[in-house]
Order: sequence, then C-alpha cells, then structure tokens
Amino acid sequence: MLALFVLLTAVAYTVWLERKVVGHMQNRWGPTRVGPFGLLQPMADGVKFLFKEDLTPPHVYKPLYIAAPMIAVVFALTSIAVIPIGNSITIGSLVIPLQITDVNIGLLIILGVTSLGVYGVALAGWSSNSKYSLLGGLRASAQMISYEISLGLSLVGVLMLTGSFSLRDIVDAQSGTFWGFIPRWNIFYGGQFIAFFIYLMSAYAETNRIPFDLPEAETELVAGYHTEYSAMKFAMFFMAEYANMITVAAVASLLFLGGWHGPVFGPPLLQSLLPIFWFVLRIFAFLFIYIWVRGTLPRFRYDQLMAFGWKFLLPLSIANLVVTALVVALRA
Amino acid sequence: MTHLIIFLAFGALCVAGAVNLLVQRHPINGALSLVVVMGSLAVEYLLLGAEFVAAVQVIVYAGAIMVLFVFVIMLLNAGEEERSKGSHVALLFGIPGMLVASVLIGWVLIERTGSHPLAAGALPGAPRTIGWLLFHNFLLPFEVTSILVLIAIMGAVVLASHPDADQGKKDR
Amino acid sequence: MVPIAYYLILSGILFACGVTGFLIKRNIISIFMSIELMLNGVNLSFVAFAAQWHALSGQIFVFFVMVVAAAEAAVGLAIIIAVYRTRETLNIDQVDLLKL
Repeated sequence: MLALFVLLTAVAYTVWLERKVVGHMQNRWGPTRVGPFGLLQPMADGVKFLFKEDLTPPHVYKPLYIAAPMIAVVFALTSIAVIPIGNSITIGSLVIPLQITDVNIGLLIILGVTSLGVYGVALAGWSSNSKYSLLGGLRASAQMISYEISLGLSLVGVLMLTGSFSLRDIVDAQSGTFWGFIPRWNIFYGGQFIAFFIYLMSAYAETNRIPFDLPEAETELVAGYHTEYSAMKFAMFFMAEYANMITVAAVASLLFLGGWHGPVFGPPLLQSLLPIFWFVLRIFAFLFIYIWVRGTLPRFRYDQLMAFGWKFLLPLSIANLVVTALVVALRA
Repeated sequence: MTHLIIFLAFGALCVAGAVNLLVQRHPINGALSLVVVMGSLAVEYLLLGAEFVAAVQVIVYAGAIMVLFVFVIMLLNAGEEERSKGSHVALLFGIPGMLVASVLIGWVLIERTGSHPLAAGALPGAPRTIGWLLFHNFLLPFEVTSILVLIAIMGAVVLASHPDADQGKKDR
Repeated sequence: MVPIAYYLILSGILFACGVTGFLIKRNIISIFMSIELMLNGVNLSFVAFAAQWHALSGQIFVFFVMVVAAAEAAVGLAIIIAVYRTRETLNIDQVDLLKL
C-alpha cells in the first residue's frame, strides 16, 4: 500500500517536473500559480480530473472502452512490485526488505508486464470506434511490439555478465570500484555503453514519448488512441504512461547505473536510507534526460520510426549481444 | 491445501475462458478470453515449479502472439460471426458426446495414474538449467527451430505484402 | 498436494474445447484461436509430466512448442490477411473453392 501511494505521488510529481522543465526549455515559466513554484499543480490537476464530466460517447464498444484504461494502469503499476529500491532498512532490530517480492526471474516479469501493456493501448484504440483512435491504436501497438525486441535484447548483455535474472543479484554484482574511483557500474566496467543507449531509445519508443510519440501526436492524429476519453479514464492513461516511464527509468538505473550504490556514511539508520536516496537520484537523472529529449527533438515519421527500430536498433542489439557473449566466454 | 485451492481457482478460470472462447461470437472477445486462459496457465506452470516456462508463456504467448491476433482483428475489422446455415447435427451429438468422453477419460486417469500427488514447485525449472540443457543436449532442435522461425518470417512478409506493385509491373 | 490426474484433466478439457471450437466456429480467426487453445492444453500436460518424472526435457519441449506456435500464428495470420484481400470475407463457409 505504501509503495502504491509513493508511486502515485511520484507519478504526479513527474508530471509537474515535466511541465516545469519543458517550460524553462521553451523560455517560459512552467506552472507557477498554484502553490510555491507550482508545486500544488498536480493536486489541482487531480481535482480537475475528478470533477470533469466523464462522458461515454454512444458509439463505443462499452466493455472494452471501460476496461482498456484499467488494463493500462494495472500493468503499469504491477511491474513496480519486483523493483528493489535499496538494501533492507534496519531500525534497531527491525529489518524491512525494500522490495515487495524477490523472485529469481524478476527481470522476465518486468519484460512480460511490458508486453501485456500493449493491450491497453490496442483495445483503447479499437473500442473507441473512431478513425483517429483506430489508426493511433494500430500504430501504437505495432510500434510497441517492434521496440520490445531491442529492449529485451539490450538487457541480455547485462544478464550474461551477471548470470542471474534476479534484480537484486544484478545490482549486487555492480558493487565496488575499479582503478580506485571509477564505480563498477555495468555501463562502464561491464562495457554495456552501447546497450545503454539502445535501451534508452527503445524505452522512448515503448513508452510512446517524443521522438516516437506519433500514436498520440497532438498535431497529427488529434490525440491518437485516447481521443475519445475524458476525465478519469484519460487520467488513467496519463498515469499509466508516466508510471511506465518511472518503471523504465528504475530498470535502467538498476541494470546499467549501479542501482543504489553510492557513498554511505553515518549512523545505521542513515546508512540504510542513503541507498534509497542514490537510487532516487539516478531515476531523477534518467527522467530528466527523458524530459530533455522531449523538449528538444522533433517527431519521427511512422515509416522512419519502424525502419529505425527494425533496421538499426535490432541488428545493433544483436551485435552487442554477440560481442558481450564473446567477451564473457573468453574471460572465463 | 492452499496449493489445491490455487490450482482449482486458476483451473476454473482456464475452463471459463476456454468455454467463453466457444460461446462468444465476436472474435475480439474470444481473443481476450484466450489471453485470460494463457495468463491462468502461466500461474499453473508456476505451481508446477516451471518459472521460466511461465515467464516465456506470458511474454511470448500472451504478450506477442495474442497481440498479433488482436492486431489482425483490428486491421481486418472482423465483425460478429454469422449463424451457419448448415445442420446442427454436430452440436446436437458432439457436445454431449464430448462431455461423456471427457468424463470417461477423467475417471480412467484418476484411477490409473499413480497416487502420489505433485508438490507445489515439484520440478524447479530455473533459467540456468534450462539454458544449459538447450545449448548442450538440445542444440540441434534449437538451431532447426531458429531456421524455422526465419522461414516463417520470410513467408509472412511475402504473404502480407501488397500484390499491387508486382501486378502493375506484369501488366506492362 | 495436487494429483497429476487433475492437471491432465484440465489439459484434456482445454484440448477438447479447442477441438470443439475448431469444428463449430465459422470465423477463420476464431478457428485459429482454437488451434492455439489446443496447443496450450498440450503444453500443460507436458509440464505436468515433466514434474512427475523429474525430467526437464518436458519443459524444454514446451519451449519448442511455443516457438512453433508463434511461427505458425505469424504465417497463418498472413494467409488470413491475403484471403481477406481477395475474397472480402472471413467466413470459412465462403472460402471453399480454389477459384474465386
């Protein structure tokens, strides 16, 4: 329950962060009126969504129309369950493990839930019974399933280095430093530099963000697959998108950027809480890059998008896999 | 005891999804009930300890193959099924016949299989052991299957490409 | 503790539903989905037997069955799209002659 509450607050404030950062990049203030620095803006948005008229157009296919946003949100929030955010907290003699469940196929579960998230988008587009939604839904689902492959393959390099699917083991393998000060993160020491960038680009496409956001482009398809949605259901799609962003950022931090490792000092309580701080810092950096790219790059055309995914990212991720496999085999 | 309860719950969900696939007339409802069946089957695999197979079931079957089905249904705008104008002999004799046959087979199975029950997580299929077996004992089927998938990809691309381009060239 | 017969009965029920769907349905896509249901039923019995005889090759065979099902679904759906393009129908009763 606590994790869910924290996650929903994180989603709301990611929206605030995005509006502020994009605003400043476009040489304007972001939200400033509601609360200091516009910090209460997500609350105002939440109240607005609750009170907005929740109309259901008459021509939609009702069961799927109502179910699609719920599917999107449920799968977006489920993958958080296997993400560890630190070692356990020790308060006196009470040890709290910082993970909802620790399964030894944690990474596969995240990939599986990402694959299931396509249904929310596809069904929303289809059930809305309008040409903008159908096209948006088709494009979105085709894009998501195309980039899932390079997403998964870019992670296999890390798996070969670690030898386990459990997220906690992958982070534990990145502890310590080499040459005295460079940390042993997988992006430096493991040589997964290219894999990190493949993962980054596939993540942008998976979460339907600029530069790959043609399925929900405001200037092209009205609003793509969520054209016919209003109020709470639209808010659920919104939440699902940002929750997906946070999940992807968390996975990247765990696999490539060393998880929660960082300087730890002080009394035992502080020692347990500092890893969480370092982890959150990494997620924040990743989200900042997300928002930075959103404010800067133009949008891909659809055929350019698909060509990029199939003809560039996929061969590159397979090449990365082969090279990593060679290195691991020769080192052993 | 919990093992039996979880098995029965998800088994009932499987059967409900399968029967729903038969009953529904619109293919999209059938596709979604099939996704439910696959999800509950993944839980059944987890009960038997096959964790890698369960994950692959969700990722490949429910997350890719069924998405492909939903995609094609959306693309072709498949509508509700029309009633067949043929005879209903198959329905009249088939469904009771199937019920009788399944009860008979079920009774035989319960009587004749060994009485030792399977524990939860009976055979842990960790990815490491499965990977080792795949690349050592089952290397030939693995490579042959990859060639099969390559042929399937090429066939699907050729079959689904627009025939207009070639026909235009031939008519000239 | 669940006896293996229960797993086999569940697998049999799924397979029977698949066969029934294959024979009853008139929409090509629904027929294809019944085929996938049959394959899933068979997968369950493979994993159950693997657990009973403690042989991991059962689970590996499930892996291969899934790959073959994926390949077959891809090619089959491409055929369905091609059939729809020429005959404008998805009703299998109307796709019974080789010539249009």
